[in-house]
Amino acid sequence: MGLLTFFKHDTDKHTVLASGQVVPDSARCVQCGICTYNCPIGIDVRAHAWRGAPVIHSQCITCGECVARCPRGVLRFEQTDLFTSEAILRTKGGG
Amino acid sequence: MNYVIIGSGVAGIAAIEAIRSVDKAGKVVMIGDDPHGFYSRPGLAYYLTGELHDKALFPRTSEDLRRLNFQYVRARVSRILQDQHALEFTSDQAPLVYDRLLIAVGAQAIPLEVPGANLEGVLKLDHMEDAKRILKLARRGKTAVVVGGGITALELVEGLVSRKLKVHYLLRGDRYWSNVLDEQESHIVEQRLQEEGVKLHHHSEVIEVTGKNGRVNGLRLLNGQTLKCDLVAYAIGIRPQVRLAKEAGLAIDRGILVNEYLQTNDPDIFAAGDVAQVYDPRSGRSVLDSLWGPARQQGYAAGLNMAGKPFAYIKTVPFNVTRLAGLTTTIIGTVGRGRDEDLVGIARGDSETWRQLPECMIAQTGEVNRVRLLVGEKTLLGAIVIGDQKLSYPLEKIISENVDISPIREKLLIPNAKIGDIVAGFWAEARIKR
Repeated sequence: MGLLTFFKHDTDKHTVLASGQVVPDSARCVQCGICTYNCPIGIDVRAHAWRGAPVIHSQCITCGECVARCPRGVLRFEQTDLFTSEAILRTKGGG
Repeated sequence: MNYVIIGSGVAGIAAIEAIRSVDKAGKVVMIGDDPHGFYSRPGLAYYLTGELHDKALFPRTSEDLRRLNFQYVRARVSRILQDQHALEFTSDQAPLVYDRLLIAVGAQAIPLEVPGANLEGVLKLDHMEDAKRILKLARRGKTAVVVGGGITALELVEGLVSRKLKVHYLLRGDRYWSNVLDEQESHIVEQRLQEEGVKLHHHSEVIEVTGKNGRVNGLRLLNGQTLKCDLVAYAIGIRPQVRLAKEAGLAIDRGILVNEYLQTNDPDIFAAGDVAQVYDPRSGRSVLDSLWGPARQQGYAAGLNMAGKPFAYIKTVPFNVTRLAGLTTTIIGTVGRGRDEDLVGIARGDSETWRQLPECMIAQTGEVNRVRLLVGEKTLLGAIVIGDQKLSYPLEKIISENVDISPIREKLLIPNAKIGDIVAGFWAEARIKR
């Protein structure tokens, strides 16, 4: 792997890290635990799904294992509002 | 205040959370006869396929449970003594008094009633112990027969296939889950099962399970055919466990009848989850839902009411997500047609509301993706989304919030309309307007 490719991968990852997070739809969740079971970092994703809270966790590497493995489509990636155009529009519109 | 909850499922846990949000000091006791306590029952399907370990099915650590500050008593209740506000147990434990009681004992598989059904190797899937038994027998078996329609039967098929058994799947009717799916959807599921090596037998009914030395070795069908097998797994419907309530003289129908406050005809006794038949003030009917989400919501509402904080449970449109032959499937609102020969009444993961007469059904199918809608006068009444789930979130909102679909109704009804694109476009526009 060339150095450039290596850095490209790194940049992509940082973009995802900075702008994305795993968000649960708790109405779909049956607490089976496949997400927690497959998290390489050991984050209790299922507990977030029970509360309906986004997985805001300093160690989450947004690898997507939980999103891909969930049999009921509970988890999805969502852009965090911080740097998105929608957030900027809202600021401009005062809303 | 003494709160007692019978049952260790999600309705019970949600009730405790609700009670503790109001009353930090009251005494809370949960009584359960499942040796494993609270775990994800729907998750047993994925334990069967081997996607997760049994220990992963427990959502709460002992520390989490300690924080809820309740006592767990493993016992079986034999009687509710209403006059004394007390419970008696099958063991010689002293009676337990309550001020407020919640019955959340769920439903159980309807037993297979044919000669030979008591042989070793005839299995159901209610509890973790059942799942462990299935896996134990699957390890030494080669051929399995699965009987019944609905989600649980399919989970049994998929679990046994993953464990490398040859699976025969018996359907009494002409297609899979006919009270919810339409012909094409049943076909999609059946075709995928066949691709996995499952042998489907339509119009087939077991009349006898045969055995040797107390153990299953085959079965006999109504049409005279015989099949050799090492285990028989069945899921022909479930029945709310109403015995305690019935013997106590509480009002019951098919489940324990409760009002929108989850209260039975005894104001100090509540019921929630699969055992409860809940009054819906909007339709004026009392309905059984055997879905995990409503069980949690009902348990929570019951807990608040028990703790003296009035909270009405208003039934939302029935909503369930499941996996059918590997395809994620979302079912929202009304989608089905009525009776299913393979099920005796309601099945797990089922809602009675799904089976109402359709007004106008339209559908669009891709290779393994499908969207079907039930179009009402001004709103969408139901939808089923199989495979790609992009549309399921918008459809859930459009249906549950009774969004006026007049702007797209006509377009949707044109033969062969690309309904997926129309809904997606409508949703994108609606979001901008919001």
